[in-house]
Amino acid sequence: MTKISIPDFALVVLIGATGSGKSSFARKHFLETEIVSSDACRAIVSDDETDLAATADAFDLLDYTAAVRLKRRLMTVIDATSVKREDRAKLVQLARKYHALPVALVFDIDPRICHERNQNRPNRDFGEHVARNHAKSLRRGVRGLQKEGFRQVQIMKSPEEVDALEIIREPLWTDNRTDHGPFDIIGDVHGCFDELTELLGKLGYVIDPFEVDSEDLIRARHSEGRTAFFVGDITDRGPRNLDALRLVMGMCDEGSGRCVIGNHDFKLNKWLKGRNVTQAHGLDLTVSELEKTSETFRKRVSDFIWDLRSHAWLADGKLVIAHAGLKEEMHGRGSGHVRNFAMFGETTGEVDEFGLPVRLEWARDYRGKADVVFGHTPMAEAEWLNHTMCIDTGCVFGGKLTALRWPERETVSVPAKTQYAIPAKPLDADQSLSAQQDHDRLLYFDDYATKMRIETRFKSTLQIPEENSLAALEVMSRFAIDPRWLIYLPPTMAACPTAPEGPFLEHPDQAMDHFAGRGVTDLVVEEKHMGSRALLVIAKDADAAKARFGVEDGKAGVIYTRTGRPFFKDEVEEAAVVARIGKAMLSSGLWEELETDWVLLDAELMPWSAKAQDLLKRQYLPTVTAAMSSASAWLEAISKAGEIDGLDALSGRAETQFSNAELMGQTIDGYCWATDRIEDYRIAPFHILASEGNVHADRPHTWHMETLGKLAEADPILQTTGWKRIDLNNAANRETVVDWWMKHTGSGGEGLVFKPNAFILRGDKGLIQPAMKVRGRDYLRIIYGPDYDLPENIERLRQRGLGRKFSLAEREFKLGFEGLHRFVEGLPLSKVHECALAVLALESEPVDPRL
Amino acid sequence: MQIEITLTAPDDADYVASDLGFLLHKHPDHMHRRETSAGEVTIFYPEKSQDRTTAVMHLDVDPVGLVRGKTQHSDGLLAQYVNDRPYVASSFLSVAMGRAFAQSMAGKSKDRQALADRALPFEIRVVPVALSGDLDLVKRLFEPLGYTILTPSEIGEEQVVDLRLSATLRLADILKHLYVLVPVLDNFKHYYVSEEEIDKLLAKGEGWLSEHPEKELITRRALKHRRSLMNMALARLEETSPQDEEPEDAPKLKPEEQLEKPLRLHALRLDTVVEVLRQNNVTSVLDLGCGEGKLMSRLIKERVLARIVGVDASVRTLETAHRKLRLHQAGDAMAERVSLQLGSLTYGDRRWQGFDAATLVEVIEHIEPHRLSALVLSLFADARPRMVVMTTPNREYNVLFDGLKDGKLRHPDHRFEWTRAEFESWANIVAEEHGYSVSFTPLGPVDDTRGAPSQMAVFKQEDAV
Repeated sequence: MTKISIPDFALVVLIGATGSGKSSFARKHFLETEIVSSDACRAIVSDDETDLAATADAFDLLDYTAAVRLKRRLMTVIDATSVKREDRAKLVQLARKYHALPVALVFDIDPRICHERNQNRPNRDFGEHVARNHAKSLRRGVRGLQKEGFRQVQIMKSPEEVDALEIIREPLWTDNRTDHGPFDIIGDVHGCFDELTELLGKLGYVIDPFEVDSEDLIRARHSEGRTAFFVGDITDRGPRNLDALRLVMGMCDEGSGRCVIGNHDFKLNKWLKGRNVTQAHGLDLTVSELEKTSETFRKRVSDFIWDLRSHAWLADGKLVIAHAGLKEEMHGRGSGHVRNFAMFGETTGEVDEFGLPVRLEWARDYRGKADVVFGHTPMAEAEWLNHTMCIDTGCVFGGKLTALRWPERETVSVPAKTQYAIPAKPLDADQSLSAQQDHDRLLYFDDYATKMRIETRFKSTLQIPEENSLAALEVMSRFAIDPRWLIYLPPTMAACPTAPEGPFLEHPDQAMDHFAGRGVTDLVVEEKHMGSRALLVIAKDADAAKARFGVEDGKAGVIYTRTGRPFFKDEVEEAAVVARIGKAMLSSGLWEELETDWVLLDAELMPWSAKAQDLLKRQYLPTVTAAMSSASAWLEAISKAGEIDGLDALSGRAETQFSNAELMGQTIDGYCWATDRIEDYRIAPFHILASEGNVHADRPHTWHMETLGKLAEADPILQTTGWKRIDLNNAANRETVVDWWMKHTGSGGEGLVFKPNAFILRGDKGLIQPAMKVRGRDYLRIIYGPDYDLPENIERLRQRGLGRKFSLAEREFKLGFEGLHRFVEGLPLSKVHECALAVLALESEPVDPRL
Repeated sequence: MQIEITLTAPDDADYVASDLGFLLHKHPDHMHRRETSAGEVTIFYPEKSQDRTTAVMHLDVDPVGLVRGKTQHSDGLLAQYVNDRPYVASSFLSVAMGRAFAQSMAGKSKDRQALADRALPFEIRVVPVALSGDLDLVKRLFEPLGYTILTPSEIGEEQVVDLRLSATLRLADILKHLYVLVPVLDNFKHYYVSEEEIDKLLAKGEGWLSEHPEKELITRRALKHRRSLMNMALARLEETSPQDEEPEDAPKLKPEEQLEKPLRLHALRLDTVVEVLRQNNVTSVLDLGCGEGKLMSRLIKERVLARIVGVDASVRTLETAHRKLRLHQAGDAMAERVSLQLGSLTYGDRRWQGFDAATLVEVIEHIEPHRLSALVLSLFADARPRMVVMTTPNREYNVLFDGLKDGKLRHPDHRFEWTRAEFESWANIVAEEHGYSVSFTPLGPVDDTRGAPSQMAVFKQEDAV
């Protein structure tokens, strides 16, 4: 038995003449899906696996299939003769492109055996010369396989050797996905030993006593078993390079530390191995310290560096550590290119597959989900940018030494004791926007112009079809406010199940039954105001807004509609309303209570006519006028006609039509008034959606209503919303709510909204509807038309389907709050915007708009 | 909704007004009811004297049935919402008339054929009408046919009118006029319009439509603006050559084009931009806000341009551009050279890298002022074409346009229009911050104090070779 181990992600090329046993070997050692065979490709493109005329097309397919598999980081085995050097060169190229290790397994079998086997196989009765020629060209190339780029070569010289080979798959060196840390990732040390020990102490590591002027490794460990993970560049420029090495090596040896290779470490090893290197960039300092150490120690350092990996792919792929960062397509892969990138960052002068210059700032374009933590480029502050963080805060240049606690995502740092070296470029000066905010000034169309898949924290991944995304993008780009303000779009709300009989289409009983039937009995019921939905982002002042939202428009807040458009045409008016609410936040003490300097409120803004003027003019008022005009002309004709059989009944009908139309007009009138001054508006907030560090969906609605009640007292333009908490097990409670609903809707109120007090609740089949509206009889006239409640009409209207609306309400709710959580957690704006865009995209789904 | 037909008989008449019952085949003493596909029709006579008899045809449209299962006819989702359709005179009324008065419309009367063949003094009331247009439209439609318009004398904001006409005509002609013209007034048809509709239109329009001065408008609206049908119908009316453009309900740019038309300003703008590109040896162009492809069609003729990409935010606009530029017939070479992209000027776009020039002809004024900074970032900081050519209206010139109200902008979608000083100061800052130089050129006839109607800025990257 010969055992060889290969990485579990590799491009394995089987090389051998026809009949040398490659296919049987492949089937024995690999999954059927891992094998890409030229014969199979030939069969796919020609229905005949021996059709040589199809060879070119078959190899196109083979190359393509292999490329796709490699791109997806899947083991790929090429079963073709591959005896020609140029065929192999293509495959090596492919492996390099996708950073897979090329492995060659050579079947150097006597051509006579091959021929014999071919004779016994159908459709393989070609002459003996074929296998012989294959064997000949194989032998010509076999010695140069390493040079061709194969990192592992195994040659089998007889069928017995082929049978005896055993393949063991091992994870790539860089694949440490089973290691979950927790980690303390430490930036470039550069010989700043004192700061390092201080930092380790701060992080909770205990360092064993050690002697100065010794070559012994210094050991340290964390009481809770955390791992200190160094991003490389242990030495150079700083004052105590040897001690830094002793400590890092000691921790790695102990198992309490790990390290990836940095460019300085790489160069140091060159020197250690006796190669000629220029001793620049502080290497001279390290060299002069190491020259005094023993050969054994230097060998130990050299071995240590030799074993350092380019990067580490950790914690189920959620974390990547590399000295200079790493693009997503390189995570957990291995190639010279990966190693170079990890040590030096993006190399210049390169072009990508489109022939366009590759950007140096790979982090700007990074869209992966894994956190990438790196060092290499000294920065003033360690900041997140698109899930990447550079934690080299230039300690050796007088900055600080920083560690990132992961998965906690907290940074810990200690200041440099002095400036040990002068940086070529001063550490980035303080700027008013964070790196992420600076980057987020621009979102990218091509990030969204596709079918979107959005993972939410509500145990579901939502899909948005491409055409809906595109429609939403068009609307966003033409009408929406600055995306930096637009952190949330509200979900649509479910209408209650239809009343089965009686004069009402909607009735509180059905809403209460809906919740009770799902075991939800603790409800908060709120008045529903008839205005327009408004989202209010209010900051303490323009500076606070700029700091948190990264906006540069000098506003202290914005008010926008449920589709993300500015609520007020006039920015002065908007600013005045924002200022008043800000003042109310202050005087009600809510800024302090919420420990925040910004807040997002969900509200209804009245009157309806303020925003819906156009709709009123084009649609509602003409309908009322037409219905009244039609009915009155009819009544007039009937009354003139006098006694005609059957006309009496019609007269009653015409009268009802007239009064229904009139009633609809009155209902509309109740929702309209002039808004010449700010004081004419009424704003009724009903959710405190979010504030610094918090999405308040974990607070009961009683908290929202009580807190907002305090706010409303502070300014008359804020309207309180009537609300009650009810227990559905209590029959009297139910009755009270029905009475309230009758009274409220009977005097012009739109209706009531029923919400599980807990805000978010899960049932057996997904989320419990977070809110359900029960609208009044008169209000529904505006929605279903003046005569909707005539008996013959209402019976048919009861047949309305609610399923889509329920599903939409649930999906939009999840997306909206996912986006808010992302914002509050400080995720890149592109991730927040994705959710808002998705809500808008869902709104383009056809759903009965009357629900 | 209802239609009222009144026959009057002067004292010396040789007929009585109540003969209307014979003409309509509906006995004046009874109420007549029938179900039609459009709704329930009721016909009765509120007035029946010797000198004046009125028949009312009331149509009660089922508002619930109207919405159900009719989405394919709907005007988007709004049609599912409350609307005036069940209450106003429309194609529903025509359908009902066709059913209730088929004989009369054919000019037949069992008992009074002589009267049916004669022009008689009628008064007509159609109520309510949701008028799609102004009072002038009513006049243009009815006066050429010999009607006098009694009401309305003016039209309120909601455009719901009580239409009363009088005319001395054959009843059959009146019914046919109404059959065709009521939906034209309303400019809506509740059913799908196919080629069959042409036959209906020509049958009901026989003898009057081909002579009607507004026959194009009538045909267009009656055929629901389907141009191919309209052209076929006009051809069958043996009329003028078919039309290419829709004069009404035209593309949104209309008001602006109309204003600037006498100056041939848009052509001038496009020619100037092409000339600038030519002089700067540009070989690839990104036309941002390409619209229907007017600039692109000029660019395509410039053989030195190896790559022309048009970007617009609207799928529908791009589809039009695709058609107008004939990209559907393009060969591979053309397809490689010219392409269209859905995109947005307020987002960055990685596909915009590597162009010699970007053009924004009358585009920036369609972007909210507070979103211009995103455009600047994406174009000047991110995409960084070698040069950028930008045109925008000069607001100062607006007072010189006839018919542009004071302080109004040239187009309803313009979010702003800049004076020369405003444009130049903005452009200078943009250029300075992003390493470009910029120069300005007036476009169109220059007024001494107000400048030219349009203005152009040409940005060039300073380190570009």
